[in-house]
Amino acid sequence: MSVLQGTASPAPIPVEIGGVRGGPPRSEVLRRDLWWVQPLITGLGLLGFVAYGTWTAFRGDYYFAGTISGVSHLPSHYLSPFYSPCLVSSCPTAVRWGPIGNVGAISPALLILIFPMGFRVTCYYYRKTYYRSFWASPPACAVADVGSTKSGGVRSRYTGETRFPLVLQNIHRYFWYFAVVFAGLLTWDAIQAFQFGSGWGMGLGTLIFILNAVLIWAYTLGCHACRHICGGSLRKFSSSPTRFKIWSKIVTPLNAHHQLFAWLSLIWIACTDLYVYLVAMGTIHDPRFF
Amino acid sequence: MAIDTAAPASAPETSTTDGRELRMRLWRGDASGGEFVEYRVPAQEGEVVLDVVHRIQATEAPDLAVRWNCKAGKCGSCSAEINGRPRLMCMTRMSALPTEEPITVSPMRAFPVMRDLVTDVSYNYEVAKLIPNFTPGPKPPEGYRMQQVDVERGQEFRKCIECFLCQNVCHVIRDHEENKEHYAGPRFFVRLAELEMHPLDTLDRRAYVRERMGIGYCNITKCCTEVCPEDIHITDNAIIPLKERVVDSRYDPVAWLGRKILSRPDPMSASEAAKHTGAARAAERAAKTKES
Repeated sequence: MSVLQGTASPAPIPVEIGGVRGGPPRSEVLRRDLWWVQPLITGLGLLGFVAYGTWTAFRGDYYFAGTISGVSHLPSHYLSPFYSPCLVSSCPTAVRWGPIGNVGAISPALLILIFPMGFRVTCYYYRKTYYRSFWASPPACAVADVGSTKSGGVRSRYTGETRFPLVLQNIHRYFWYFAVVFAGLLTWDAIQAFQFGSGWGMGLGTLIFILNAVLIWAYTLGCHACRHICGGSLRKFSSSPTRFKIWSKIVTPLNAHHQLFAWLSLIWIACTDLYVYLVAMGTIHDPRFF
Repeated sequence: MAIDTAAPASAPETSTTDGRELRMRLWRGDASGGEFVEYRVPAQEGEVVLDVVHRIQATEAPDLAVRWNCKAGKCGSCSAEINGRPRLMCMTRMSALPTEEPITVSPMRAFPVMRDLVTDVSYNYEVAKLIPNFTPGPKPPEGYRMQQVDVERGQEFRKCIECFLCQNVCHVIRDHEENKEHYAGPRFFVRLAELEMHPLDTLDRRAYVRERMGIGYCNITKCCTEVCPEDIHITDNAIIPLKERVVDSRYDPVAWLGRKILSRPDPMSASEAAKHTGAARAAERAAKTKES
């Protein structure tokens, strides 16, 4: 038997730890609803995206659909969000950003994906999802953490996010800073999607890029770290009215739908990439509205 | 004026039976063991689970132990697990439960069973003594003033009825008894968030929240929010803001550099914050009494 003890309390506080609890066995699931459906669906959804993202990231081609300025009516700047910003010398001139030269056979996506991926992996919503679906810790509310049969099917030890590597989840806000930059870049891509070889215009791809940027901003600005930085860290809202307005009028309403935007933006990134891929392959033709 | 205090010979029948029979499986036993026992009672319109449990107690099992008080979802006494889901018995309508199979009612699993559906929740009261108290600064001549916008923020947290369903469903202690030694649980993160967001409070509990209250154990799977009968957004509005405050004080090198450059004070140590707990003050009083 051990006891719960206050840091400053000289006397042990008499709560028995590890005593007999009684009640039904810990590993027995008494829930009669379909509690396993949600972790199954979300787990499959995440696995599906990881599979698609891996294929896209290693693909290394057909990530850009464009043509030379003034030559045709085709779009001149449809760049897959998986490859934006395109930083290496092998990138098409129209979308090349940067200082990195030839990296050989390495896909340009692999150089940048750590940032959006890190943002989502450390996101509070996604943490809930994969802790439930993959860690089974817990798989669902009031269903015991799954562990080895030695410990009666219940995980014998749990340290949460107190130790390496899960303590690294605390760097989420740094990934958020990069996520803001990436949201800005994807917004630039959406603006560039109005460019066609023959001048400004709008095609189906333009709409897809705009929606992609909107969803990315909705997800990024609804982030819990953003909510804290914008105003949540204050003790007194009344002392910072501007931060309070941002917190209460923009970030908190978006945060209330963080789960929705997490999924919509994830799915739409894949859709945007697939659209660019199919247009670049020539499989489909980008319908032009004007 | 005469007041009739005599109880009626039999309770008036306010509900009507509809001919259906309910099968209820109630946990019977104590810390040494027990089992589910099935009871069959006629279904009545408009009942909640607590009504049916009371009927079983009145008709078939007079020794059945069940804790209850207000029957209105405000006292937080009748917490239990109905078909495996942590809920208040008085707020769970029978009409919302499937009746093809027996309805299971069991005690809260995170706490030791005293008898039948009654658990010993004293762990929570011991943790409450470890929360550093509200510590306002010196009273200004015009008295303490708070703006409405600052008052409103904490109102959500004060809705808590201490039913301890969130503590019960939290897998950190539900499935891992040993963590009770160093983990406060969702109800007390709500309390700590309320204090940390109080416009008049001056204490810095961030190191204490990490080291003594064990916020790092929470993996934000949101079960506490799901079961809260008062609809407090425990995870989004209390736990995650506390985690972010801990990041400010512990894991953010930029914030650390900012404190150094701007000569801001370092976060208060956990041991310093611990001096403001009820447990520490009780120990202090006890020492003084002993001296005198």
